[in-house]
Amino acid sequence: MAATGALAAATTGPGSREALTRDERAERRRLLCLAVPALLLVGVVALLPTGWLFWLSLVEGDRLSLAHYARLVQEEAYVRILWTTFEIAFVVTLLAALLGYPLAYALAQLPERWAGLGLVLVLVPFWTSLLVRTYAWLVLLQRRGLVNQWLLGTGLIEQPLRLVHNWTGTVVGMLHILLPFLVLPTYAALKAIDADLLRAAASLGASPARAFLTVFLPLSLPGLLAGCLLVLVLALGFYVTPAILGGGRVLMVAMKIQENAGLYLDWGAASALAVVLLLVTLLLFWLLARLVPLERLLAGAR
Amino acid sequence: MPVPARRPVPIRFEGVEKAYGPARALAAVSLEVRAGEFLTLLGPSGSGKTTLLMVLAGFTRPTAGRVLVGEEDVTRTPPHRRDFGVVFQSYALFPHLSVGENVAYPLRMRRLPRAETARRVEEALALVRLEGLADRRPDQLSGGQRQRVALARAIVFEPRVLLMDEPLSALDKKLREAMQIEIRRLHERLGITTIYVTHDQREALTLSDRVAVIDRGRIVQLDAPRALYERPRTRFVADFIGESTILPAERRDGGLLVAGRPLASDHPVPPSGPVHLVLRPERLRLLAPGEQAANRLDGHLEDLVFQGDSLLAEVRLEGGTLVAVRLPPRGPDPARPAARGEPVGLGFDAADAVLVGEEG
Repeated sequence: MAATGALAAATTGPGSREALTRDERAERRRLLCLAVPALLLVGVVALLPTGWLFWLSLVEGDRLSLAHYARLVQEEAYVRILWTTFEIAFVVTLLAALLGYPLAYALAQLPERWAGLGLVLVLVPFWTSLLVRTYAWLVLLQRRGLVNQWLLGTGLIEQPLRLVHNWTGTVVGMLHILLPFLVLPTYAALKAIDADLLRAAASLGASPARAFLTVFLPLSLPGLLAGCLLVLVLALGFYVTPAILGGGRVLMVAMKIQENAGLYLDWGAASALAVVLLLVTLLLFWLLARLVPLERLLAGAR
Repeated sequence: MPVPARRPVPIRFEGVEKAYGPARALAAVSLEVRAGEFLTLLGPSGSGKTTLLMVLAGFTRPTAGRVLVGEEDVTRTPPHRRDFGVVFQSYALFPHLSVGENVAYPLRMRRLPRAETARRVEEALALVRLEGLADRRPDQLSGGQRQRVALARAIVFEPRVLLMDEPLSALDKKLREAMQIEIRRLHERLGITTIYVTHDQREALTLSDRVAVIDRGRIVQLDAPRALYERPRTRFVADFIGESTILPAERRDGGLLVAGRPLASDHPVPPSGPVHLVLRPERLRLLAPGEQAANRLDGHLEDLVFQGDSLLAEVRLEGGTLVAVRLPPRGPDPARPAARGEPVGLGFDAADAVLVGEEG
């Protein structure tokens, strides 16, 4: 078809080549039109406010200044908040990977029907309100909550443990809420690995454990890293769960932003924090993209 | 790898059965593969040929029966201890490893010294004519090259047995034919017992010492390619191998009638049940007026098609059956009718009147 089209164009005399080029451009323009609503939305809702944010963070009174950023490094409270945020985000990501990978692996091995059921079990909490789940953990983990009662009952402990309104409670709650974000991309990546590759490894003399380590694990790493990145980025900006389960003792960046903006109406300070959070997130993306090509990361495996 | 380092081993299937619920993929298959033989499992899709190969490779557990390699019962040996080279239909090259690393993989699993590994990888790649490509990634190779890497990887560790599951089905015709010749050459050089699975009968005939034709989970005929083509034992085999026209034959007074005429055949008549006459297109000829033949069929020329290496004539018999006749593409042939629709006589020798029963 393409060949006959080109032939017809060449024989209709001068000008036809330009006409074809014009057609092609018009087609591309029409295609671009399809993306316009989304581009507008991203521009108005995301890019403009972000730019505004940058601007606010660089203004003190009515002149340009780096005072908001200086404060982040100089004031111990801010340093501590940033440290807590990264610590919690990394711990949650690590635990999610340790719990989520085996789960995704098991689901990927199950026959279609059981895997579907397993995925629903992973997704049901995902569809439940964040607030509801967070308060549920508050109830479970409190001094006279189910977990403590049970541990006391089995005689494993004599005093109820302090499980909530602290670091532990925050991590437990966030881990539970963020786990699906790791399991789903990892599961997709594991499913995409051709079973023949593992058979080939076995036929070439690899025991199941070695086949896993030398073939399956390396091939599943992009998916796992994609999941980790997702969890990490979400954890860095988490607000509701640490606010409730941390009981005010665990301060994360998002909470400080809220405080600065909502309580002290100090938009400059809030913006500076948000900008730092954004830059750190982009930096993480960049580092990971150097390890694994970005499109591979976002598409899971392959 | 100029000289095969290991003695070839025979393989024996004893009553191997595989059932998936009520469905039987394999029905008590018994088969002996000679040491060093190139044996092909040939059958339509779903016939059970791949299942049989997977049982041998250890990826599928049989429901009943035993598999012996040499004197060793491997029925319950896990695949990684079987020491078989397997070439998969999808090639199954490890995408995260280079060509060299792929080929080195089985040697790494066997913890061979580094220098020995490097030497053997180089030899194996040379054997499949891929020198200098060791640093490429599989996705940078063409289909034919991937196929060769898979082959090199499957033989580099000098396995006891080489298994191939439709290894050429993803290649185009020309490349497939070139690879067939290479696989033959490789087998002659290595002398390794090889089991090959395909649904392509021509490929089976080209490659094999013997061919096992499989239909609905059982082996219906096991023979050398020539015997299989010239003396098919059942209607299924006659139909599946090569081109053929199959005509019903009628038992009459100890002899046979085909299209109302007595049939002269050198082949044994199946003892019971319906009998069919198998005619190969290249064994038929158009009779000149007045020419005599051991057997004769009459009809009208329906079509004459030039196919390069031959002329295909389609003749409609008086009973309505269409018979394909393959003629030399040119040369003086007074018997060739000038126009479609003209009456023609088909002749064939008693030696070419192959008879088959319904079942073997």
